[in-house]
Amino acid sequence: MKVALAPAALDPWAEVSAHQQSLRPGAFGATAVFVGTMRDFNDGEAVEGMFLEHYPGMTEAHLERIAAEALARWDLLDVLVVHRVGEIAPGEPIVVTAAWSAHRGEAFAACRYLMGELKSRAPFWKKERLREGERWVAFKTPAEE
Amino acid sequence: MGFRAGMIGLHSRDDNAIRLPAMTIQVNVRLFASLRERVGCGEAVLELPAGATAAEAWARLADGPLPDNTLVAVNREYTDAGHRLADGDELAFFPPVTGG
Repeated sequence: MKVALAPAALDPWAEVSAHQQSLRPGAFGATAVFVGTMRDFNDGEAVEGMFLEHYPGMTEAHLERIAAEALARWDLLDVLVVHRVGEIAPGEPIVVTAAWSAHRGEAFAACRYLMGELKSRAPFWKKERLREGERWVAFKTPAEE
Repeated sequence: MGFRAGMIGLHSRDDNAIRLPAMTIQVNVRLFASLRERVGCGEAVLELPAGATAAEAWARLADGPLPDNTLVAVNREYTDAGHRLADGDELAFFPPVTGG
């Protein structure tokens, strides 16, 4: 299991590739990856930048717990969660989650679970910088997203 | 501290007991995002009466009730505003999370 916060630019594909090197070739048949990337628009407005605040200690602990839950719930080889913190620009990746399993069903389900739980439980807050002013991003339920 | 508190409780039933001042606890408060901006600081140390709840700690920090959707954590675990605090607890208030 790898869980990390990235204070500087995050390359999700390099993260997935590097972590996959630690797994035995031939042991997995499926790799499901989700990458969340910052848009330059949100709720009908142009967004110029964003600050990702977190709760040092609690954020890492909750990401680790979510990853452990996924490993316990599905038959997986491993999971990966890396999330940006700090100042971020449109077009930059915010988060990558990945799950490795023998068959695709479990990898897909685990990858979806990691993102769903991260979005509802992990203490992160986004503050968007607009052309005029700033605003905290409002929580959205999965149905609203 | 817990043992001493118990001893005080026992002695208070005794007519000859010495009256001790009410116990207080100290908690470290952390505030994040919009609540940090609203209160004007990210960290504070509060002295509270023993048995105080998270909601009572909030009342010391800000005018007005805890905003409806506020999340409360004690020692980095989610809980609710009725949580009774202990000496040395780390108490956090923050708005709904928006990561990912």
